[in-house]
Amino acid sequence: MSILETKPLDALDRLESEAVHIFREVAGEFDRPVILFSGGKDSTVLLHLAVKAFWPAPVPFPLLHVDTGHNLDEVIAFRDRTVERYGLRLVVASVQDYIDDGRLAERPDGTRNPLQTVPLLDAITENKFDAVFGGGRRDEERARAKERIFSLRNSFGQWDPRRQRPELWNLYNGRHRAGEHVRVFPLSNWTELDVWRYIQRERIDLPSIYFAHRREVFQRDGMWLTAGPWFGPRANEPVQELTVRYRTVGDGSCTGAVLSEAADLDQVIAEVSASRLTERGATRADDRLSEAAMEDRKREGYF
Amino acid sequence: MTDLLRLATAGSVDDGKSTLVGRLLYDTKSVLADTLDAVHRASVDKGLSTPDLSLLVDGLRSEREQGITIDVAYRYFATPKRSFVLADTPGHVQYTRNTVTGASTAQLAVLLVDARKGVLEQTRRHAAVLALLGVPRLVLAVNKVDLVGYDEETFEVIAKEFTDHATALGYPIGSVLSIPVSALVGDNVVERSAHTPWYGGPTLLEHLETVPVEPDPHHTPFRFPVQYVIRTNTAEHTDYRGYAGQVAAGTVRTGEEIVVLPAGLRTTVTRIDTPDGELAEAEAGRSVTLVLADEIDISRGDLIAGVADAPVAVDEFEATVAWLSDKPLRPGARVLVKHGARTVPAIVGELSARFDEQKLASVANPDTLALNEIGRVQVRTAEPLPVDDYAANRRTGAFLVIDAADGSTLAAGLVGAGLPALETDPSCTSGGKAAATPGP
Repeated sequence: MSILETKPLDALDRLESEAVHIFREVAGEFDRPVILFSGGKDSTVLLHLAVKAFWPAPVPFPLLHVDTGHNLDEVIAFRDRTVERYGLRLVVASVQDYIDDGRLAERPDGTRNPLQTVPLLDAITENKFDAVFGGGRRDEERARAKERIFSLRNSFGQWDPRRQRPELWNLYNGRHRAGEHVRVFPLSNWTELDVWRYIQRERIDLPSIYFAHRREVFQRDGMWLTAGPWFGPRANEPVQELTVRYRTVGDGSCTGAVLSEAADLDQVIAEVSASRLTERGATRADDRLSEAAMEDRKREGYF
Repeated sequence: MTDLLRLATAGSVDDGKSTLVGRLLYDTKSVLADTLDAVHRASVDKGLSTPDLSLLVDGLRSEREQGITIDVAYRYFATPKRSFVLADTPGHVQYTRNTVTGASTAQLAVLLVDARKGVLEQTRRHAAVLALLGVPRLVLAVNKVDLVGYDEETFEVIAKEFTDHATALGYPIGSVLSIPVSALVGDNVVERSAHTPWYGGPTLLEHLETVPVEPDPHHTPFRFPVQYVIRTNTAEHTDYRGYAGQVAAGTVRTGEEIVVLPAGLRTTVTRIDTPDGELAEAEAGRSVTLVLADEIDISRGDLIAGVADAPVAVDEFEATVAWLSDKPLRPGARVLVKHGARTVPAIVGELSARFDEQKLASVANPDTLALNEIGRVQVRTAEPLPVDDYAANRRTGAFLVIDAADGSTLAAGLVGAGLPALETDPSCTSGGKAAATPGP
């Protein structure tokens, strides 16, 4: 095997090294960690980092997907392909099962994002998971800026700000009592642009819905939703075929696509950069860039 | 290729810190459209003609209700030259806890003062804590220069007073820079100001973009806490056994002899593995997996070091602790100490001095150490730890003090570091100047 030339660490190298360090700390200190995996870009990057952290051994923990039952086929196919490729165990907590047997009731608006919490916490309890990796980032919204990399949760999954521990140097304190667990966010210090640049650098495979494609969509609440069995459209919502892409993966009834021509990583990165570099002082509540930015802020999946 | 600078800000709300941080985010275009819209609407509601940039970072109402306003917040911005991770530390309340947290990873700190008020006691205290935590570089942002008529002399007096203070704390010439700014107007934050023709230095952002990121300690002794043992047995990797970790200090090269502590066993590095390929050498900050020549018993928590300059594993050492818990320290407390990847039972013994933050002096033989107080203690550990002096190595000289019962973090520990040494006015101290500089 050839020896690589040692180059100085750049910003992405440092973020990668920090995330790998976090994965190894958790593997060393917890009994039953799990990675939340939705097939979305952040959780796919998370899994890629986990694979690198333990190479050449396999990732020593399973994956957990809280499936709303409202996922696009492309995403589920990608999820299953990825799990098989890495030879991992996938635990699926199904919102549909909870609705079918009456433990949860469908909401009037049909949205299932808020219904994910109970299946998630049940899966954590049943499997005795003590560390749960998520792809959350501190740049996602202002309120997340104070979230810790190791975030202690009680047995109800709740976060008590007063019990949050100061995080010093890179010495993480993961101690918890029985029944408690720790949410771990290795991507805390990444921005959305870092994630995209890393996907490009590492040539990480993503579901095709992240890139511009023709799709039958209809408009609701300013979002372009996919026409499908669960999501509508309603009678007054005409379906059109447009060129769109998704910026996040989530419940199809409330996660919209954006109008976009960005068909490859270079174009997506250019688009993400542009939507961040919004014109100063412009008020563009209804235009495309603002729509994209709004979507960016949506919490991805469970976090 | 861009690199990464981790910085912390310190100062009170009154000094305009939120506005300064907001200005950096705004002028580097790091704000999302909808956030900006919200700030504009809120500013118009307040009857302002220009956006109030402090709203970009000030806590939300729900946040204040939750009581997390007094907490370090992390902000992100980038320019084509550098990416920045900014730890924004609140000034007034719990300043030690927050400053210690923010400073622990910072390569540079920006302190704010109001040009009308100059260097305050709080500024001196912040600088003392930053010096204790080993933040290599300081910037003094002399804010609100517009309100003193962009007066050169006012700025120079403040800059000199601060530089003298930083020098007394041990900062070498060249590691401290004062910049006249107005965060509100934007003078010398990102854009050079036409109002300060007498100032020839860089703007704040220019300085942040070009200041040398403190070089990783290539020339400091090699330190590698073993985080995890990677084992596998496949056709490609038969009986693979590698030691995973992040290089904490120095550089390791293949073929070098190393020692595993605390056991003291020696062997050589045969390979430095990464998933992207083998490396001939790995420097501080890099996560790698070391493959060693001999099969010796190594597990998580061990430290791999260079043979020439390995630390000595000790079970008793002096340290400075910044107390971060509501529960005060009582000498003799049984705790856990986390150092590198090892957590061991320990007793925090004799408390020989406490740094009085209000009086900027130290008090000998105090009974307890309370929240936000800094003290000098003797630590005894159940197993020997290969510690370094914090002043020589921030990574392997640092430890956490953890409550064994509820798992909370009690204190930040610095091996060997002395209490902040400050020139003080004897009239307001209990022990006078001599007491402010206790030695080990």
